[in-house]
Amino acid sequence: MGLMSRVSTIFKSKVSNVLDKAEDPRETLEYSYQKQVEQLQNVRRGVAEVVTSKKRIELQLNRMEQNAQQYDQDARDAVKADRDDLAQQALNSKQAIVSQMDGLKNQIADLAREEQRLVDLQHKLTAKVEAFRTQKEVIKAQYSAAQAQVKIGEAFSGLGEDMADVNMAVQRAQDKTQALQARAQAIDELSVTMALDSPIASTGDAVRDELNRIKAQTGASDELARLKLEMAKEDNPS
Amino acid sequence: MIIRIMSEGQYEVDGEILDRIKILDEHLMAAIEQDDEAGFNQAFHEVVGLVRSGSVLEHHQLTESDLILPASDTTLVEAKKLFSEHPIE
Repeated sequence: MGLMSRVSTIFKSKVSNVLDKAEDPRETLEYSYQKQVEQLQNVRRGVAEVVTSKKRIELQLNRMEQNAQQYDQDARDAVKADRDDLAQQALNSKQAIVSQMDGLKNQIADLAREEQRLVDLQHKLTAKVEAFRTQKEVIKAQYSAAQAQVKIGEAFSGLGEDMADVNMAVQRAQDKTQALQARAQAIDELSVTMALDSPIASTGDAVRDELNRIKAQTGASDELARLKLEMAKEDNPS
Repeated sequence: MIIRIMSEGQYEVDGEILDRIKILDEHLMAAIEQDDEAGFNQAFHEVVGLVRSGSVLEHHQLTESDLILPASDTTLVEAKKLFSEHPIE
């Protein structure tokens, strides 16, 4: 069995969960339409949740940005006080935050794409529910009970598929958001409680840890040199 | 045949393209079993392209799909997770 047939099988089991097929078509048409409208509202709520979570992560990122700025200011103060050792430590901490933030920014961009996709899907689903509403009227007016059963069955399966699709997309976006949120929180906590002498998180590999430390130190030394140059310029604007 | 790409929409695909899709589909399953990420990505990318070359079904059409393809940016890890959560008896 290929991938697509397997996905179809999995998916169709979800579809039957989304929409219960009607026993007596014409009696249950209105009921099922209401159920679809309800589903659509759930999707809207799901989209809103993703948007809220994304905003929260963005706020967290802002806070981290402020922390980084604070470390930068600390480094400047330290240089003024002729304490290069302290400046170096502050810049180490800043570097650690900045490198973590870059990863987060990429993921937020990913989430923004996810959000756009959900909004598009939501519009499509709205169009489909509307199409069902129209078909329902046609079916009610034109078909006998037996024929209606068949027609409704088709419309149901088609629409059910779309609903299951959107539901799964919402779920996927929510999973991604949660993972991102957990990561942002961990980084945020790290930046608050970070031990000044080892601001680099362990990778579990001693050699890699040491290399990362060297890299961060070099980065911080470069930054210290740059900072001093900048401060010298500020003092003597030419 | 109607093929749905999840999070995207439905396409009608027939003939020679459909045959090529079915061959690639088997490759995809093999790539998952062998944990071959590069192979999976390449075959998946090709399948998505082939399906998209079919004719698009309008939004107001309510049609059941014959085959379903996961969203176009699905990774090998996600595909494996999907199957492990829903094992085929």
